[in-house]
Amino acid sequence: MPIIANSAAESVAGIGDNSTVLIGGFGNAGQPMELIDALLDGGATGLTVVNNNAGQGDAGLALLIKERRVRRIICSFPRQPDSWHFDAAYRAGEIELELVPQGNLAERIRAAGAGIGGFFTPTGFGTMLAEGKETRVIDGRGHVYETPIHADFALIKALTADRAGNLIYRKTARNFGPIMAAAAKASIVQVSNIVDTGGLDPEIVVTPGIYVNTIVRIPAAAPEREEARP
Amino acid sequence: MNTQAADVAHSATRLGREELAALVASDIKAGSFVNLGIGQPTLVSNYLRPEQAVTLHTENGMLGMGPEAHGDDIDQDLINAGKIPVTELPGASYFHHADSFAMMRGGHLDVCVLGAFQVSAGGDLANWHTGAPDAIPAVGGAMDLATGAKEVYVMMSLFAKDGSAKLVQACSYPVTGVGCVTRIYTNEAVFLLGADGVQVRETFGTTLAELQDRVPVPLTAALG
Repeated sequence: MPIIANSAAESVAGIGDNSTVLIGGFGNAGQPMELIDALLDGGATGLTVVNNNAGQGDAGLALLIKERRVRRIICSFPRQPDSWHFDAAYRAGEIELELVPQGNLAERIRAAGAGIGGFFTPTGFGTMLAEGKETRVIDGRGHVYETPIHADFALIKALTADRAGNLIYRKTARNFGPIMAAAAKASIVQVSNIVDTGGLDPEIVVTPGIYVNTIVRIPAAAPEREEARP
Repeated sequence: MNTQAADVAHSATRLGREELAALVASDIKAGSFVNLGIGQPTLVSNYLRPEQAVTLHTENGMLGMGPEAHGDDIDQDLINAGKIPVTELPGASYFHHADSFAMMRGGHLDVCVLGAFQVSAGGDLANWHTGAPDAIPAVGGAMDLATGAKEVYVMMSLFAKDGSAKLVQACSYPVTGVGCVTRIYTNEAVFLLGADGVQVRETFGTTLAELQDRVPVPLTAALG
């Protein structure tokens, strides 16, 4: 059964320097902001972070990069209009970037959780991003060998957990959550709600509790449009 | 090859962005599963008719994506690949990222529509990197889309600002995918790419002969 932590700080306390951390989210959807803030406060550094992006604006992963806690990032799309903290770190040579096509990134994470030693994919064949990689022609089509991405920790956000660690997500905030939960040695999940065991219909569970180590309840913020009203 | 005598459908004026989007939309077969790339291809969704029953895929984990959300419909957990808030249509489904790209790579999407810097006569696509040494590279799902869909349609202007053709013998920009583009929709013509080389289906405000003078790849009239 997973640990139910009392705070975000407690949930990430075990993450030490030089850890590899999978961080869920696509842009801000599904990004576990409070867990990342707690990781920042905890002081861990020299991290390898895996995320689709490289932080946006002045929140979450962007702040972790701003404070130079991330030594290396593996992602598909670092350059965005508001990725100024990544841009500055990259141009200063203070962060290492491994750029991976988004589907290869997802499948490499999935492969790690599924115990696959790598796979051949047509995506990227014949491009700069396949340079130096093993290739094979399968059924007349060029393929590139890609390796699994294992990690020490995953930080993800889901909508609801039960006390057995089963998770459901919300809309496109699901994105990398389920595969990251499976790929990490320890998965730490922030949820809006925790219900008793049996409180989730087994037919709709997306991530089974076997993949979940720590849960922390972070109540959802009020919708922005509510705050915006005078 | 007799381009002079070729009979290619044509209209008197070059197409604007909206007209081009409408043309692409009208060419998508009813019942198709389609992914529209970020930028100009997104305009295509405005011209899909309900009776076409096209299902839109967004690679961040959704089928059945509806139009952009406004006002009270904005939900930060419901965004498209361009991170724009969108809506869901009846019959929509959500899935994780590995499933979303398996769906694409596995050949289940009928069409994807992408922008391009260049396309080669052999269907190589360049749309992710200018090759500038100081550029911060970002690829996203571009390579997966180029490789995975059954048909890859490109929407682009035929000529760059310096007047050079973007339909080329070999791409000078770093490629996104090899031999993947099947059609190119431009403001001056529609090109079909395949085993028979580059065929011109129709022209807009120009002729096949004029195009052949300005485009450095052999062009023929599409049959039928």
